[in-house]
Amino acid sequence: MERIIKNGVVYCPLNGINGEKMDISIKDGKIVESVSDDAEVFDASGQIVMPGAVEVHAHIAGAKVNVGRMMRPEDSKKDAEGTVEATHRRAGSGFSVPSTHMTGYRYAQMGYTTAMEAAMPPLLARHTHEELQAIPILDHAAFPLFGNNWFVMDYLGEGDIDSCAAYISWLLRATKGYAIKIVNPCGTEAWGWGGNVHGIHDTAPHFKVTPAEMIKGMAEVNEKLRLPHSIHLHCNDLGHPGNYETTIESFEVPKGIKVNPATGSRDTVVHGTHVQYHSYAGTSWRDFESAADIVADYVNKNDHITIDIGQVTLDETTTMTADGPMEYDLHSLNGLKWANCDVEMETGSGVVPFIYSAKAPVPAVQWAIGMELSLLVKDPAKICLTTDSPNAGPFTRYPRIFAWLMSNQYREDMLENKLHKWAQKRSSIATIDREFSFYEIAQATRGTPAKVLGLSDFKGHLGAGADADVAVYNMNPDTIDPSSDYMAIEQGFQKASMVFKDGELTVKDGEVVNAGLKGKTFWADTQVEQNSYNAVLKEVERQFVKYYSIGFKNYPVEDEYIAKSAPIKGVML
Amino acid sequence: MELVNNVVCPFCGTLCDDIICKVENDEIVGTYNACIIGHSKFVHTEGAMRYKKPLLRKNGEFVEISYEEAIDKAAQILVDAKRPLMYGWSCTECSAQEVGMELAEEVRAVVDNTASVCHGPSLLAVHDTGYPVCTLGEVKNRADVVVYWGCNPFHAHPRHLSRHSYARGFFRERGRADRTIIVVDPRKSDTSKLADIHLQLDYNNDYELVDAMRAALKGHEILYEEVAGIPRDDIVGAVEALKKAQFGILFFGMGITHSLGKHRNIDTAIMMVQELNQFAKWTLIPMRGHYNVNGFNQVCTWESGYPFCVDFATGTPRYNPGETGSNDLLQNKEADAMMVIASDPGAHFPQNALHTMAEIPVIAIEPHRTPTTEMANLIIPPAIVGMEAEGTAYRMDGVPLRMKKVVESDLLSDKEILEKILEKAQELKASK
Repeated sequence: MERIIKNGVVYCPLNGINGEKMDISIKDGKIVESVSDDAEVFDASGQIVMPGAVEVHAHIAGAKVNVGRMMRPEDSKKDAEGTVEATHRRAGSGFSVPSTHMTGYRYAQMGYTTAMEAAMPPLLARHTHEELQAIPILDHAAFPLFGNNWFVMDYLGEGDIDSCAAYISWLLRATKGYAIKIVNPCGTEAWGWGGNVHGIHDTAPHFKVTPAEMIKGMAEVNEKLRLPHSIHLHCNDLGHPGNYETTIESFEVPKGIKVNPATGSRDTVVHGTHVQYHSYAGTSWRDFESAADIVADYVNKNDHITIDIGQVTLDETTTMTADGPMEYDLHSLNGLKWANCDVEMETGSGVVPFIYSAKAPVPAVQWAIGMELSLLVKDPAKICLTTDSPNAGPFTRYPRIFAWLMSNQYREDMLENKLHKWAQKRSSIATIDREFSFYEIAQATRGTPAKVLGLSDFKGHLGAGADADVAVYNMNPDTIDPSSDYMAIEQGFQKASMVFKDGELTVKDGEVVNAGLKGKTFWADTQVEQNSYNAVLKEVERQFVKYYSIGFKNYPVEDEYIAKSAPIKGVML
Repeated sequence: MELVNNVVCPFCGTLCDDIICKVENDEIVGTYNACIIGHSKFVHTEGAMRYKKPLLRKNGEFVEISYEEAIDKAAQILVDAKRPLMYGWSCTECSAQEVGMELAEEVRAVVDNTASVCHGPSLLAVHDTGYPVCTLGEVKNRADVVVYWGCNPFHAHPRHLSRHSYARGFFRERGRADRTIIVVDPRKSDTSKLADIHLQLDYNNDYELVDAMRAALKGHEILYEEVAGIPRDDIVGAVEALKKAQFGILFFGMGITHSLGKHRNIDTAIMMVQELNQFAKWTLIPMRGHYNVNGFNQVCTWESGYPFCVDFATGTPRYNPGETGSNDLLQNKEADAMMVIASDPGAHFPQNALHTMAEIPVIAIEPHRTPTTEMANLIIPPAIVGMEAEGTAYRMDGVPLRMKKVVESDLLSDKEILEKILEKAQELKASK
């Protein structure tokens, strides 16, 4: 099947294309140089054409996501959709945590075609995959949690990188996981006893390993296994005033490790996630202020790191993270309901609703910090735009964030009329007049996430050979002025005029027309030296049968859970 | 004889996954490791009568029909109904439940599972207060104080105690000896005999007791000599034991979810667990009954946004337990057709609900003769999940396991039956 999208204004940062009028040719689900005259023609005259967007970090599937839905019928009542029989669109509900079908539709409507589930407890991996399969359209992957895994803590406490690599190689395959996710290393284990760790040189009870050693060790393992993505780091001390020092110290730890992916073109060794939550100065909520300038300065001066933002959208939302102690603290702070799930030998999690009120001082500053980070990091090749959905706000608010970033006037309106005065007093946001271009938006939502995930061979760009994931927005860059027409920008990005997924027209005029499409599951298929692998696995099994509550043979996720398997190969140690 | 290892037991929410099945001539003839209830299910004891063919009631008598006829008939009943109810789901696997959700949406049904009459109050309490839980391995490795409230695992979840509370764990090397077990139950039960502390409260006084314990926890004086029949000193003593825990776990069952107060009991119990975290690490786990009752709540939630009692009448999911629960629909004589799958409301629903069931068309997708099939107009027998069909089930703590196909069966699986009904229903609706 051949298709051609004609006369659109194309933004494709990975190929350096900045607003050129071009045709995009599609054949058999891939972008090609040209197609025959028989190709089906789609006219994109006066419209923006971008690669399908790539979500680098969100919580869309799995145990805690579903607890977020289950615990909050009030969130579902706020936003529900009915069946659309003509296009076989399924019903659903949920504002901050939409149900699975709605999640797929809403991402697609905004031009997103790939999304990462950022936290998968390995023991509950089947659950994550069952939900990922129930999310239509999106290609996806899930990041297993390693930062509080007992085996990893033991190996790295002893400095045994090779055994740790063998174990992680096995676990990635067993859970069909994609990347090494580290959440509050050692802190969630301490939460097993109701505690936490502070800074990167603290230890959890019983274990003789520090967060710094965990971060460094896993960054080394990551490059030994030649994984596509870098380590994906949720630093210690999330949300604590004064935590920026921990953040920068953490980022320093893996510096100098040689980047070594087997595929893709990643050139960084650590991805710092939802950095807004980690860029706080002050000593308490009273003298709390932004440290975004310091963190942005660090990112500007260093080339081993990328970050995503975790932009606060000023909504009532549902926070959820594997940072168990942090969620308990949040519950103690806001008094709202609290869910928690400690997972044996591996990790923990918590879920708490949160109301980011623009009129409240702290959320106003949090909003400003996210904006500062996006605007002060000079090179959008180093940042990905996220809300850490649904933590700082639901992913459906991305278009509003793009509009904020593209319009100083919009931000001024927010500062003058909507936000608590702390936003201006406790941050530098009012002094920043930079505005993102369409090219930079494309970079921070397509090029950069695809590259840092190691998927840029076929995602995040529109060169020949890429997956034919294309988003077309009904905005004419020649006539629209994002600075003043910011509402039009927000609306334009909310509902794409056309979205192609693997070359199939999936969204038309903002509505999903191909609801049954199933996405691919990316997972890291690495191999290590067979003898040491077998020896490590034998020891893992010995411990496993003693301390897990399920059998070793019943642990690996069966092939039945992956409809379209897309293994990304690593190589031998 | 062949031995099949690592089989997951399709009986209770403990979801033991270490069962070994002895198989002869494609039949399970025995088991190792299973409890007596699980074993009985595997080997079909208790004189269970198994249906092998779909049955349709004609002039009061069941006659054998083909699967095709049965599926046409089932689809017709659901499509013709104005207010169909699709109930059960807790003894089947998740992909069947997913198809069921799509079917419910298609025929604009109310879909509900057995939680409605067991841990439904717990779900309502979760909406109110939250859900601080852990996996069962955490109990084994860490717990030093274990509370069983309103449940009797010795009989209802027979291997629960040995697998999780008596077992040796990483930080509890001596197993039982390293733990304090507290049972709260108005009865003397076989579980309470094993307890270090038995709080034998007055029946229907769970709320009062939790309330008094929370008061003591907050440092208030208990103003009465005794509360819920328990002397003040015993309450204070129990609260001290809870506070001194390193890792505490509250298991709770029907004895508290369905005694007077229902979800309010669970509200206050969850809040007690949350408050205990100021002193020690505390979590809870509901003692779920059917092996995959939790799985349906998971599937229903990820598909619709709500865990049970979901009304698709308008095409958009609506949720209002008390109005959209199975018993509400039946007792209000609102449902005009009912599909029952993987459960037995005939044995467990109140008389008023059964009256309505007797009057409306009932489809039973059910392998055995049960009180429900006695009331059914149409019986469609499936292969039994966990023995003859595979798929996911969620343990009481949310750990998902793969149910095994141990032996072959000529019968269609629940999923296949539902897929065919869905296809037929779509066809019927399109031709309307």
